[in-house]
Amino acid sequence: MKAAIITFPGSNREGDVFRALADVTGHKPVHVWHADYELPAGTDLVVLPGGFSYGDYLRCGAIAGRAHIMQAVKAHAARGGLVLGICNGFQILVESGLLPGVLMRNANLRFVCRMQHLRVERTDTPFTRAYQPHQVIKVCIAHGEGNYIADDETMARLEGEGLVAFRYCDGAGMVGGAANPNGSLHDIAGIYASDRRVLGLMPHPENLIDPLVGGIDGRGLFKSLLAA
Amino acid sequence: MKARITVTLKPSVLDPQGKAIEGALHALEVPGIKGVRQGKVFDIDMDDMAADAATTTLKAAAEKLLANLIVETYRIELV
Repeated sequence: MKAAIITFPGSNREGDVFRALADVTGHKPVHVWHADYELPAGTDLVVLPGGFSYGDYLRCGAIAGRAHIMQAVKAHAARGGLVLGICNGFQILVESGLLPGVLMRNANLRFVCRMQHLRVERTDTPFTRAYQPHQVIKVCIAHGEGNYIADDETMARLEGEGLVAFRYCDGAGMVGGAANPNGSLHDIAGIYASDRRVLGLMPHPENLIDPLVGGIDGRGLFKSLLAA
Repeated sequence: MKARITVTLKPSVLDPQGKAIEGALHALEVPGIKGVRQGKVFDIDMDDMAADAATTTLKAAAEKLLANLIVETYRIELV
């Protein structure tokens, strides 16, 4: 498992995801700067970490989504390489066109920073095979623009092709209602590209890998990648 | 030459920021406000060129970066 973490000006979770990958997979990832044109040879997984790339100027992820390195990330995805975008990384993936839809301002206009339950929608993907079907996991969220929106046709395709990765739920696994922190359509917390080798999600599994900070439910995602 | 690109949310897209501003204007008792939609304005300084060429350039700027066409529309003005 050779992972490359792309750092943009304003990224701030690259260290967290480095630690999660190194701890859980036993392989140290490589940091790649946004102005580079190429990924390290043999990269299996590209990670776009959380943060506030370019200060969220214009639209969250808009400028980073058009950085030089994103051409290499698109080529990597096109040849079946794995891509994981977390929080701002998810915003960058939708802005770059690697994932459909858009992440709008949270419906209640508030930045939400709290623990959040998610339902794992399927476990036959490189990102979720270490979880149980429909397992409810507890991770954290920290975002102001996580309100996932797409047109009716895209929503129908996401649901029809099973491309929803995670949905917001309560501790008992009940999806939606008050458990939806941001107004996302269909309570979407994360989605896959058509081949399920590109995943974008708003929550932060990389911050729940150590009992010291409140749980280890995020480890499953990185454990899954180890087997990928 | 100078140009202006105005980017606004499509009418079908909810605009919670505009709604909050509208509410604040009502609270301030500014009369006659029926609705507010928030957008963005880009004032652009560019090389002198024919209007057609300028429009083509500005269209590229809007579609490549300034607007997210999934939820936004844009208007170009040459000034």
